[in-house]
Amino acid sequence: MVRTDVQLMLDVKAGDEASFELLLQRYRTPLVNFLFRMVRNREQAEDLAQEVFLRVYRAREDYVPSAKFTTWLFRIATNLALNSMRDTRYQKLEVSMDAPVSMDAEDGDERPLDVPEKHPNIEQHLVENVRVKMIRHAIDKLPEKQRAAVLLHKYEELDYAEIAKILSCSESALKSLLFRAYESLRVELAPLVARQAR
Amino acid sequence: MSCGKMESRILGYVDGRLKESERLDAEKHLAACAACRLRVNEFRAVSGLLDELPLIEPSPAFDARVHALVAAEPVKQSWWAWMRIPPRVAFVASLLLLATVCLGYYSRPQVAPLPWSNPMEADAQMIQDLPVLEDHDVLSNFEPLKDLPGKADDDSDNTQQQM
Repeated sequence: MVRTDVQLMLDVKAGDEASFELLLQRYRTPLVNFLFRMVRNREQAEDLAQEVFLRVYRAREDYVPSAKFTTWLFRIATNLALNSMRDTRYQKLEVSMDAPVSMDAEDGDERPLDVPEKHPNIEQHLVENVRVKMIRHAIDKLPEKQRAAVLLHKYEELDYAEIAKILSCSESALKSLLFRAYESLRVELAPLVARQAR
Repeated sequence: MSCGKMESRILGYVDGRLKESERLDAEKHLAACAACRLRVNEFRAVSGLLDELPLIEPSPAFDARVHALVAAEPVKQSWWAWMRIPPRVAFVASLLLLATVCLGYYSRPQVAPLPWSNPMEADAQMIQDLPVLEDHDVLSNFEPLKDLPGKADDDSDNTQQQM
């Protein structure tokens, strides 16, 4: 019988290290992918995912299953990613003070600087086709909170209530956030969307 | 349903997460509104495009690094955890305690049994002996007897024994 996440976490709390290993195997790939899509840097994404697992382990003794495990897990991940992106943004500002920065009036978040994508190697650059690059670029251009909402909604398939808890907002605010995000993606990906929507 | 209301439900409709009644309302509106119908198609297209992003696998060293981080964590023990002893030690300690109690029980000095075992009997015996005790008190506190020389008694006793 497959144990639920909450059961595994309670077993970790009781001192069962093997249950922590099962949680690691269950969520390593979704977490790394979520964080990679948030921060757009593989090494940074893996460092953050490791930090998420470490925080889960550290919190095992105080763990109370008051919410779904995934809500808790992705809340830690989202907060770490947002903090990390803010730190990275300051580093980018130091690199190029002349680059244009605009403010998203509704979210109060700065839009990401339009920095060319960094590719770890030429091979990866060649493998990525134009279509995937356009999609990635469109996601990157979303304000942080909208990006997190889209990634959690689309790839982690969390329900609205869960995502709202992760992002500390109401369900109606989340729906509005997602609508604006999809609108931006629709505009940004217009050439591809027009072909697809025919 | 208005186009504004449709906006708040459009993603739920595209995802298939609406309640049955909400879905029917949305479909009724879409049948009559070309703009919302187009938007639904475009949102579906966006959703399809997002599916095209490939998944990445964590690097082979990922698990090892998590294990190393976890292993480096200091072991936290609750305030009473140090009192917990391993079962083997607890068993041996229990045996030792039992042996000590048994040894103490069997090696204690034997007390001579009382001539009576019943407390009622003991009380009756004491009441029966009371006159003797009273005579003993009278004799031991009798002033004229104190004047008798004790040595003389001893001598007479010795003389009797020699005879």
